Amino acid sequence: MINQKTINATLHLADTTLILAQKNSEWCAHGPILEQDIAITNITLDLIGQSRMFYQYAAELINEVENKNETEDTLAYFRSEREFKNFLIAELPNGDWAQTILRQFFFSCFHQLLFEKLQHIEDKQISAIAVKSLKEINYHVKWSSEWVIRLGDGTLESHSRMVKAIEILWPYTGEFFNAEENDLIEVKKIKSNWIQKIEAVFFEANLLIPGNVFMQTGGKQGIHTEHLGYILTEMQSLQRAYPGLEW
Amino acid sequence: MNIKITKYYYGDIPEETTSSPSSKPNTVDLGWPLWEVFIRSKQGLDHKHAGSLHAADAAMAIENARDVYTRRQEGISIWVIESKHIHASNPDDATMFYEPSADKIYRHPTFYDLPDEIKHM
Repeated sequence: MINQKTINATLHLADTTLILAQKNSEWCAHGPILEQDIAITNITLDLIGQSRMFYQYAAELINEVENKNETEDTLAYFRSEREFKNFLIAELPNGDWAQTILRQFFFSCFHQLLFEKLQHIEDKQISAIAVKSLKEINYHVKWSSEWVIRLGDGTLESHSRMVKAIEILWPYTGEFFNAEENDLIEVKKIKSNWIQKIEAVFFEANLLIPGNVFMQTGGKQGIHTEHLGYILTEMQSLQRAYPGLEW
Repeated sequence: MNIKITKYYYGDIPEETTSSPSSKPNTVDLGWPLWEVFIRSKQGLDHKHAGSLHAADAAMAIENARDVYTRRQEGISIWVIESKHIHASNPDDATMFYEPSADKIYRHPTFYDLPDEIKHM
């Protein structure tokens, strides 16, 4: 049965990886070293690929229910800020390499747990996308975990940068587990597993999870930080100026 | 001015270089060593030299190799070795090393008939 709930959930999955990919792609040609430049852009391409599959599915559902002509492109390029349902953490500025790595680590660990659940849900299309994406996500977790350890347990400078990144990003991790009516799984149930993953890597990295801090929310409901508007303006500029342009 | 130029043959880099870090051969600013990458393209074939890259340690070298050299499905197995562990023949020796074999065709097993079914020979 197709309903608005599935459409919203699919768009949330697509939007989060698209916006994160858009941010990560800013590292292209600016990575700290050629090999890591390729690594982060490979991950970015994985995320865009996952977004495309979810947008294609969302377009199919929307067209069936509302008799529209949506495509993956119209969903990515012609929706506004309030219509995007991505997690706030995806739209935050990249900061330094430590901050980008930590965001990828926090998100990929969540992504992994989420998709492990999604591969068993009833919706065949979403479960198939989850199975396919998990192979990529498992590598994202491995890659980002090793970087968190490398920087956290590295020099005084790299350690202090990780500590600063944790301060900035931690308040945006609570949103992962904020239950909402459109959720496909019970997100609260994966929270303790996520904390365990983070703790295990932080232990090796000589880093600490912050105490009780206020958690930011709103992304899933379309209430965003001031950053998303700028991201969309840039990302959508070509299609807004030349609708339907192909290359 | 007295400038000493030290020439290293491929991969044959001494453990310690006395010169300043910026003139170290085969290192970037981060001071990460160079690694040689060998990729096996499919089961049953040999690992072949694919190229080189920089990495802080062996684990990172393998991951970098995965990202740089297997992103277009080039391989199913990766070997890496720090370039300094590879010793190369001296190009100046090329004449005495390789040219004497040029006129010894009897060393080639070209006088045997191979069945068509045998591949990769």
